[in-house]
Amino acid sequence: MEHTFYVSSSPHIQDRESISRIMFSVTASLLPAAGYAVYLFGWRALWIMLLSIAACVITEAVAQKMMKKPVTVSDGSAILTGLLLAFNVSAQVPLYLPVVGGIFAIAVGKQVFGGLGFNPMNPALLGRAFLLASWPTHMTVFSDAPPRGGTVSGIDVISSATPLNVFKQSKEVLANAANYPVEKVNQAHEAIGQLYDSVDKLFMGQIGGCIGETSALLLLIGAVYLLYKRYIGWEIPGSYIGTVALLCWIFGGSEGLFSGNILFHVFAGGLMLGAFYMATDMVTSPLTRKGRLIFGIGCGLITVLIRLIGGYPEGVSYSILLMNLLVPVIDRSTRPKVFGGGKKS
Amino acid sequence: MDLFKSGIFHGGVHPAGNKRWTEQKPVETLPVPSQVIIPVQQHIGAPSKPLVEKGAVVRIGDPISEAGGFVSVPAHASISGTVSAVEERPHPLGLPILSVVIDGDGQETWNPEIGFQADYLSLDRAEMLKRIQDAGLAGMGGATFPTHVKLSPPAGKKIDAVILNGAECEPYLTADHRLMLEKPEEILLGLQVMVKILGAERAAIGIERNKPDAIKRLKKVVAEMNLPFQVIALHVKYPQGAEKQLIRAMTGRAVPTGGLPMDVGCVVQNVGTAAAVYDAVAFRRPVIDRVVTVTGKGIKEPKNVLARIGTPYAFVIEQCGGLAEAAGKLIMGGPMMGLAQSSLDIPVIKGTSGILVLDARESRKHEEQVCISCAHCVDACPMGLMPKMIAAFIKKGRMADAQAYHALDCIECGSCAYVCPAHINLVHWIRYGKSELIRARKKAS
Repeated sequence: MEHTFYVSSSPHIQDRESISRIMFSVTASLLPAAGYAVYLFGWRALWIMLLSIAACVITEAVAQKMMKKPVTVSDGSAILTGLLLAFNVSAQVPLYLPVVGGIFAIAVGKQVFGGLGFNPMNPALLGRAFLLASWPTHMTVFSDAPPRGGTVSGIDVISSATPLNVFKQSKEVLANAANYPVEKVNQAHEAIGQLYDSVDKLFMGQIGGCIGETSALLLLIGAVYLLYKRYIGWEIPGSYIGTVALLCWIFGGSEGLFSGNILFHVFAGGLMLGAFYMATDMVTSPLTRKGRLIFGIGCGLITVLIRLIGGYPEGVSYSILLMNLLVPVIDRSTRPKVFGGGKKS
Repeated sequence: MDLFKSGIFHGGVHPAGNKRWTEQKPVETLPVPSQVIIPVQQHIGAPSKPLVEKGAVVRIGDPISEAGGFVSVPAHASISGTVSAVEERPHPLGLPILSVVIDGDGQETWNPEIGFQADYLSLDRAEMLKRIQDAGLAGMGGATFPTHVKLSPPAGKKIDAVILNGAECEPYLTADHRLMLEKPEEILLGLQVMVKILGAERAAIGIERNKPDAIKRLKKVVAEMNLPFQVIALHVKYPQGAEKQLIRAMTGRAVPTGGLPMDVGCVVQNVGTAAAVYDAVAFRRPVIDRVVTVTGKGIKEPKNVLARIGTPYAFVIEQCGGLAEAAGKLIMGGPMMGLAQSSLDIPVIKGTSGILVLDARESRKHEEQVCISCAHCVDACPMGLMPKMIAAFIKKGRMADAQAYHALDCIECGSCAYVCPAHINLVHWIRYGKSELIRARKKAS
């Protein structure tokens, strides 16, 4: 009975999980929203997604070849970055934008740091931030992209900006009502009222915005799948969205404290996409549950600060990028409780 | 009264059980092999010292070595015959170890001192412990710590709870399961002896819920025998059978870092050990055989067998239909913590709960990829550690950092490596780091 055996240390069995399985599952969970974007914005949305993905994958391969490292594009991480980046731009951006963004996201956001697993910040968000800084007009004006069967803002009065934009402008007017003519103030009142009334449209995705952030419903369906597969935990999206909801309820209203419309603030803009798909990126989020809660609360705080006080109407991507940088500190200060107290070691 | 409960412990994983191949198969007594190889070390502690030389004639149950200290147990002849060699032989723990080789005479002559003593419960504590040590008992769950040492807590350590470990949380293994079904009386009588030795007030048997028949059977026998023991149905989660996790789940107590179960008033023994304790105290019968689950895709006819200690793996596997064509990995124990073996020449020892043979496809290791910080290992670690961080520190030689992250608390259960999507062999790295840390500590002292 001569036989040669493999010898290795235990454990001798493994879960069927793998990096590529995780990356492709997350990508798959985004497909309903991607498909809907094509329906909503037309084939151009598909082109932007494909160009962004292609830019990311090719950049990854070229960078790895140049650095004489094994090419690992088959792990699916670059594809996911490309898709997420595309989700973060308007369907009307020039077609070179997703390409430039993808190259930046992978080259500067990821490969410079050593590739997958070593990047401190979410590459897709970094790509978006780069585009926003370089082409602010393209990245913030959605007027050319009225979605099928809907309007850009969800209201008729002003139709050149997203709901959060309208909200910010109107709130600004209301806050300084004395300085504006009465009709302007009334208009702002009306606008905010209409925004609040259009929450159902925000949820279903009949209102303009970036390619992937329109339908909260479809994003939630994908997120439920990821939660079920345990590729994301409830901690980050829960604490993130919870913080935004709470603070916006308290401070986000136009009629004093506790007058904010929670649903509007939760479903408008990129919060759903950010909280479920960007902030939960494994590489750039904390390791422990406690750390993830802190991370989510921090994201929520910064998002609300930017939305209500800062210069931009939306703050999801910057808040996540800033919190990404704090992850090592969070990890160090939220180590789990060692069984038995961990005193003697 | 009800100290014990079916609680939970933090972390853990849910590997496929794969117990169906053998859980319904009654234990089959293997034919007596023509030769046995009995290592002088089958336990944790000092090796035993051989008492026999080449040419000596031995009967079943005769001691062939004596304990090499308090934390040591003797070995015994498991067949009758002639000692043909006392020399180093391959051993399942890796390095060759001094072993007594006995060629059988086919007579099955027993040591006449072995026999039932009806009043064994009236023996005093010291005599019971002596019989347990003399019988060569070492934890039969696989850890092989000398049983009498665990049953001799130092003065001042009050034990109020004895826990029998029938969790058998390792996938594939069914040896304890079968023993609980087929010899519940012996297990319970052994527990009774241990409770008496320790002067404990309470005792319970913990069994994972995936063995409902064993739970039912033990509950019934406990009631029939009118014993004050509880039978607890535990959650099915690996490593439920790890000592600290079992105590945590069944009593809510946490063994302190660097401490032992006795620090929280507990002693844990495997169900197989309990049955052997009964044999040792009531019959003076030493450990000469044990139940072994022989299973896996690499075995043609998976079975539970009662094998003599010292039986070569080759013989055991032959009796189970032989190796399948695709056999790829030979493991002593279960797939999570078992030891991979390179040869079939090694013998069954006291800690051999299973002989698992995986097929070639299952045996292949995936290539290590980079860590993506998914934190699955952190969630899975039953000790509350951060395996990803510890392994990364050790890879870079940052031993002090590894220690600060409690590398030495790792119980090497393998849960982290099991869940790792990057296929990083986290336990392997941590095990290596632990050995370096312990070596450095020894050098320093």
